[in-house]
Amino acid sequence: MYDPTLVQPMRDETVAMGLEELTTVAEVDAVLANHSGTALVLVNSVCGCAAGTARPALKQALSHGVTPDKVYSVFAGMDTDATQRARSYFGEDFQPSSPSMALLRDGEVVMMLHRHMIEGRTPEEISADLTAAFDKHCETTV
Amino acid sequence: MSGHVFHPGHHELHGITVVVETSGDTTYVGRFDREDDEQAYLKDVGVHQAGSQSWEEYLDRTMLYGVKVDHPDLTVPRAEITSVRKLTEVGRG
Repeated sequence: MYDPTLVQPMRDETVAMGLEELTTVAEVDAVLANHSGTALVLVNSVCGCAAGTARPALKQALSHGVTPDKVYSVFAGMDTDATQRARSYFGEDFQPSSPSMALLRDGEVVMMLHRHMIEGRTPEEISADLTAAFDKHCETTV
Repeated sequence: MSGHVFHPGHHELHGITVVVETSGDTTYVGRFDREDDEQAYLKDVGVHQAGSQSWEEYLDRTMLYGVKVDHPDLTVPRAEITSVRKLTEVGRG
């Protein structure tokens, strides 16, 4: 567990970009159980190697014309129960990593951006992967 | 780039998920932490052993589902290491 005062700016960064932070199991269940439509879950992290680009990348992607219906975050290493619960909605096959991002549609993971897909890349490159997934999975049908 | 970075000033591969090939039958996939004259230090490491699942199957599954961690921390003698490459570079084939 890191010093909460050091982590707070990283929490604030996601809230400022419009993510709803989920800090308890109950909060996770309330939004992800029986979820319909699209939702992106950021597994946030203190790791500067990857999270330092993941958050700006997501911020860029969320300015794209097509975005998920809902965008949430859990904080790995800080809110461990909430993070573990969120990962339970990703399915057993997906291995935990942080930071990472899961795009769900009607409760099923349709895109997973693992940590290894974030490391060493620019926010622009990561954002491009995200917006491609948004275009593919998040178009609203009427 | 976010200004909130915890650990600057490390090895260029620090924090990067790498594939460590060895002179033996074992290949490691994990986050590079650091190295010294004797060892490379990895975190959250998956192990592939030749003769079990094929390397191609293991790599494909790792790229899709992430690294299945066999060892939270692992040291590999540098004398046994034949290559260290980023997973994303290896996975692109």
